[in-house]
Amino acid sequence: MIRRLLVLLAFLFAAQPVLAVNPDEVLKDPALEARARSLSANLRCMVCQNQSIDDSNADLARDLRVLVRERLVKGETDEQVIDYVVSRYGEYVLLKPRVSVQNLVLWGAPAGLFVVGILVLIVYSRRRTATPNAAPLSDAEKAEIARLLDKS
Amino acid sequence: MIVETGHYALVLALAVALLSSVLPVIGARRNDAGMMAFASTASVALFGLVLLSFSALTWAYEASDFSVKNVWENSHSAMPAIFRFSAVWGNHEGSMMLWLLILTFFSLLVAVFGRNLPESLKANTLAVQAWMAVAFILFILLTSNPFLRLDVVPAEGQDLNPILQDVGLAIHPPLLYLGYVGFSVSFSFAIAALIDGRLDAAWARWVRPWTLAAWTFLTAGIAMGSYWAYYELGWGGWWFWDPVENASLMPWLAGTALLHSAIVMEKREALKIWTVLLAIIAFSLSLLGTFLVRSGVLTSVHSFATDPSRGVFILGILTLFIGGAFTLFAIRAPALKSGGLFAPISREGALVLNNLVLTVSMASVLIGTLYPLVLETLTGNKISVGAPFFNLTFGLLMVPLLIATPFGPMLAWKRGDLLGAFQRLYVAAGLALVAGLVFFYLDEGGPILAVLGLAAGFYLIFGAIADLWYRSGFGKAATGIAWKRLIGLPRSAFGTALGHAGLGITVLGVIAVSTFQTEHVTEMKPGETADAGGYHLVFDGMNSMKGPNFTEQRAHFSISRDGQKVREVWSSKRLYTARRMPTTEAGIATFGASQLYVALGDPMADGGIVVRIWWKPSVLFIWFGALFMMAGGVISLTDRRLRVGAPARRAKKMPTPALEAAE
Repeated sequence: MIRRLLVLLAFLFAAQPVLAVNPDEVLKDPALEARARSLSANLRCMVCQNQSIDDSNADLARDLRVLVRERLVKGETDEQVIDYVVSRYGEYVLLKPRVSVQNLVLWGAPAGLFVVGILVLIVYSRRRTATPNAAPLSDAEKAEIARLLDKS
Repeated sequence: MIVETGHYALVLALAVALLSSVLPVIGARRNDAGMMAFASTASVALFGLVLLSFSALTWAYEASDFSVKNVWENSHSAMPAIFRFSAVWGNHEGSMMLWLLILTFFSLLVAVFGRNLPESLKANTLAVQAWMAVAFILFILLTSNPFLRLDVVPAEGQDLNPILQDVGLAIHPPLLYLGYVGFSVSFSFAIAALIDGRLDAAWARWVRPWTLAAWTFLTAGIAMGSYWAYYELGWGGWWFWDPVENASLMPWLAGTALLHSAIVMEKREALKIWTVLLAIIAFSLSLLGTFLVRSGVLTSVHSFATDPSRGVFILGILTLFIGGAFTLFAIRAPALKSGGLFAPISREGALVLNNLVLTVSMASVLIGTLYPLVLETLTGNKISVGAPFFNLTFGLLMVPLLIATPFGPMLAWKRGDLLGAFQRLYVAAGLALVAGLVFFYLDEGGPILAVLGLAAGFYLIFGAIADLWYRSGFGKAATGIAWKRLIGLPRSAFGTALGHAGLGITVLGVIAVSTFQTEHVTEMKPGETADAGGYHLVFDGMNSMKGPNFTEQRAHFSISRDGQKVREVWSSKRLYTARRMPTTEAGIATFGASQLYVALGDPMADGGIVVRIWWKPSVLFIWFGALFMMAGGVISLTDRRLRVGAPARRAKKMPTPALEAAE
């Protein structure tokens, strides 16, 4: 069922083959085009389910792809283009959310949990080695050890 | 009548499940053998009834009985028989029936194969399984009944979603559900042990094969789903970090962790509490996945389940089972005694590291998947968390895991020798680096960082081989003796090696295809040519075809290399007549593990057509690796100590670690 939702939504929105960038959109300058592609991969197709504008054939995705390229041709930097798109569509358009206060938990979770996990392990193993896990030897046991050691 | 029989059988199944969820528990408390034995009988009856019910629904699909609403909504008389069959679970109601069928199937297996289990543990385990059966039968009967009839019988069905009309639908959901629901057995064992208050190494030994089986199926299901998406959706991606995919990845990560921590518990009686917790978590995530997919909560606007009563019902099931399990765990866990001590550098320590990384990555995927939902509920702000985020965070988290994996099997229990393991692995690491460089050189281009990624893949493969090599004493003992020892190694040792090597193969595929893949988007007219991956493609022309329930336009391409014609492919666009819905069928030519992937775009005004050609080097390694992992799971399952069965109580010490099976 893994693809079901995506598949159904692809059906809902892409009543055309699910294919993206068309030859007429491609920029002549390969360096600019490469930048456009990598920017597109990080921008969400607003009417799709979890698809970047690079992957989607929806009209809106196409408009956004063309917009990104127009801005790049004007000589804007990657940041300027992204800022402009965000100012128009909101942060929802970014597939990789910005590192900000509201996304602190999201970005902090992987590293934070890893560190917390290691700390817990350290504390736990210290506590376990600190607490003696058996009663001290009884006199009879000590005598037995002495006897065994003497033998060898 | 047949359909009504199925409906009736499901109601009877509810009655049996209700009895089976109460009587065995009372029996276990009172030590009443008769009441405990009822659990096994009831599990057989329950499976029989659910199977009858499921068969009735299948019959309605095969006979194209459109008076049944569910059949009318999801089938078409012109569909090939195999798709009419798989259409049974290609919809919400039917897939819940499949869920239930597999749940009762696992209860049956526990009843039949669990002969050597202590009676009370078996009775409690089957009772917990029956609780879930009750919940899901109620869910089906009250909110998702597939047996409802229509007053006016339509002449023709509405057809199944065309993208689902693929052999993938026949295989992928059953495998995935066998994995998802398979973890219910580990969960039920954990709950039963907590109720009993008894948890020892024998318990881990009973649970391990079930976990292993579920994990193997889930691996197969995820890999199959990934390949299906790859060839069917038509843009050549194989993993999208879609919430639905994440929902299946999370139980897999938890299950992988469980598989490893259960080893420690079985061999060393350590990590008991943690293992029980993981067993609960793994199945809770399966339930959560079902909830996320079925309730449509992730896509609030374009909800899959339009009826909110379903979402609320599943949320109820979720709260009851997960909440109940954690409460029981909180009450009982402090009373469990923990077992053997170990140094940080040891087999146990390596497995703890494995668990740490896997659970942290699982939690990160969980947070990433749910974060937009929570944030929107709390603040009203909408954000997206997509592939770029997951690739970065998940990728970084996997680095320590990939490095540490080959060390695990090389370290001894209790206190390992890290330097010794280094000495055994540096050859493998060196060879891996060389192999990575050669691979990189042959495929040319891409960031130099890719060499490290490729080397990591090779290092896992060589490390797995090195483990078997040193274990059987090649280089130290005579070759003949070493061969004998290799053959005599426990099968679980081969399982470990295959699983770890499989991971390496998948890593190779992932790195290779994401670094060296090339893409050409171009407009082509008949007779025009294109080049990709060293191959030469000629677009020969288009023709029209008529399938059973679709029409298609297909384009023919001849592929040649160095002037020799090597292959030809058809790439097509289909229009499914009943739903007026178009799909693309990519043309794929396989060369070794690499593929040429040709997909058609829109026709242009001047008579040309947009063609997208991808060269996907070594892409099949991604799924070959999964096959290796599955083979590892299957071989481990045939290990002697699982075939022979667990002793009722651990009578004697385990043999020395050097000869011990290690997974």
